[in-house]
Amino acid sequence: MSAGQRPPLTAWIAGVGFLAPGLPDWASAAAVLRGEAQHIAAPSLLPAPAILPPAERRRASRVVKTTLAIGLEAAAQAGADVATLATVFAASGADGHNCHALCEQLAGDDRQISPTRFHNSVHNAAAGYWGIATKAMAPCQVICAYDASFGAGLLDALGQVVVDRQTTLLIAYDSEYPQPLFAKRPVPDVGGVALLLTPERSERSLAEICVAPSGQPAATMAEADLEALRLAIPAMRALPLLQKLARGEGGSVVVDYLPAIPLQIAIAPC
Amino acid sequence: MTPLLLSAYTATTCLGRGLAATRAALRDGRSGLAPCAFESVALDTWIGEVAAVDSEKLPESLAIYDCRNNRLTRLGLETDGFADRVRATVARYGSDRIGVFLGTSTAGILQTELAYRRRDPASGALPDDFHYRTTHNSFSLAEFTRDYFGLTGMAMAISTACSSSAKVFAAAARQLELGSIDAAVVGGVDTLCLTTLYGFASLQLTSARPCRPYDSERNGISIGEGAAFALLERCDQPAAGSVLLLGAGESSDAYHMSSPHPEGLGARLAMEAALRSAGLAAADIGYINLHGTATPANDAAEGKAVAALFGDRVPCSSTKGATGHTLGAAGAVEAVICALALGDGLLPGSPGTEHLDPAIPLDYLRQARAGRPRVALSNSFGFGGSNCSLIFGVAP
Repeated sequence: MSAGQRPPLTAWIAGVGFLAPGLPDWASAAAVLRGEAQHIAAPSLLPAPAILPPAERRRASRVVKTTLAIGLEAAAQAGADVATLATVFAASGADGHNCHALCEQLAGDDRQISPTRFHNSVHNAAAGYWGIATKAMAPCQVICAYDASFGAGLLDALGQVVVDRQTTLLIAYDSEYPQPLFAKRPVPDVGGVALLLTPERSERSLAEICVAPSGQPAATMAEADLEALRLAIPAMRALPLLQKLARGEGGSVVVDYLPAIPLQIAIAPC
Repeated sequence: MTPLLLSAYTATTCLGRGLAATRAALRDGRSGLAPCAFESVALDTWIGEVAAVDSEKLPESLAIYDCRNNRLTRLGLETDGFADRVRATVARYGSDRIGVFLGTSTAGILQTELAYRRRDPASGALPDDFHYRTTHNSFSLAEFTRDYFGLTGMAMAISTACSSSAKVFAAAARQLELGSIDAAVVGGVDTLCLTTLYGFASLQLTSARPCRPYDSERNGISIGEGAAFALLERCDQPAAGSVLLLGAGESSDAYHMSSPHPEGLGARLAMEAALRSAGLAAADIGYINLHGTATPANDAAEGKAVAALFGDRVPCSSTKGATGHTLGAAGAVEAVICALALGDGLLPGSPGTEHLDPAIPLDYLRQARAGRPRVALSNSFGFGGSNCSLIFGVAP
């Protein structure tokens, strides 16, 4: 069968979650993306995850707080029951502070690391806590593609939506390393975007998207601060798509994936 | 799902390099485990180390990727003629039509662990010759593989701890179904490092003896390393005897970060989903390669789930007593072991296992035996409650 006869990578966006420096949620980010509000530089604000029991809430790391915040925000907007959702987590790295603490200790004489530090070191730690918090037993994917992680996550999430006909929550996020790793990987702060993707249109649908590889270069943001954000935090490569969504614009936009294959996204507001 | 052809496959572990060495060791019931003498690690445990990884040289143009994990990646790719099959596939379909889907838990983090011993005494900076992106980052093995073959299509690393390189089969199958690609290099590579050796020891999950899966006295894992790959393609009329991916099932425990659901509920959901995906019933399965890490909790939980679905009718074994637990590579290593079982008619045994746990009612194979399975199931379960079951079959 040729590729032409196969189903396109299409889904409906039914909810958005967002968190970035100076943009604490989707409502505030959408206002900035529409040009209705100023983007004021500020560190990312991480809400305490009310879904976790108090002891876990205090211990939750920055990546766990980020993913719970944006994932729950997208699910709430869509009116979706998080316990039923398949998830795709896409991140350019794991918990940077935890990684630094482990490497520092393993370089010293006392290598008896903490078991909690160890299980928090896995790339899928935030995904694991999501499952525990939401009681979701559906498939949970965890992807890394360095700066291309958003695009890779979007492709796999669409695969689940189109092939498995499964509503899927894409959670793309990144966090910072402390020094000395920061000098090697200068992601400045946490940031993330969540998209709830459904196989069918519903009364909650915000827009339909259809994704294909493109030979065109990725779109840039006209606003210098947003363009800097797009480049600094890999998950923010989604910003050109989110701007169209915030403005309710249809048409086509190209977002970064791997070199030579950016993704062209046709978007039609509902 | 539409069955997919494994048009080439290979595995390298402590059992040896490639299919012939793996096959011989499985037939003879040999283990590749040895007392831990890795790097400067001082732990009373056994490991499955691959020979001669550090004598592997990367091509000059890809020197920036140099680390133990990418050395093992290259060593694995250039085994059993796998790399040549990939190159031929690139020639057939084009460099943009081959996807790369590789699993790992720690990629080249050993490089960072070593770099932290060489920080600048004044500034604390890491050395200039340390390259985070191409060694430590979880994507490094996939990006290396993509560049090694000059590929320009989609690529991703999947990192769900010990289910990583089982889940790559499911992700690649979706894209093949969608027609986004015409072939996929899938697999997993994980290498020994201090994080996992000291980490599993901190959880008291490593054994001081070679691991004993499903033994009543089992008391922990033996960490191994490995590289295993398969080339997946659509195929309308597979030749008789070809190995096919028939189904994949994924689930989450939603229970605990480092302990399995005690009743094996997530494991059972993954196996049921794989059967649904393959359009098969439990009675169709002829061999199960268990996750079988040899921790008391893991084998008990998986055993309950397998017994609930299959009873004691299906021959099964964990091969981790032979290979060690290769973590993010385990799914792909054990997929290849299933392919060998289907192709050779050999059901692998379980080196190290002496006294079967009477609380787990399975047809568990301590010794290899001849068989003619037509369909095999492989289980892979990871930290964070990430589960994946794969079903492979042999074309009639």
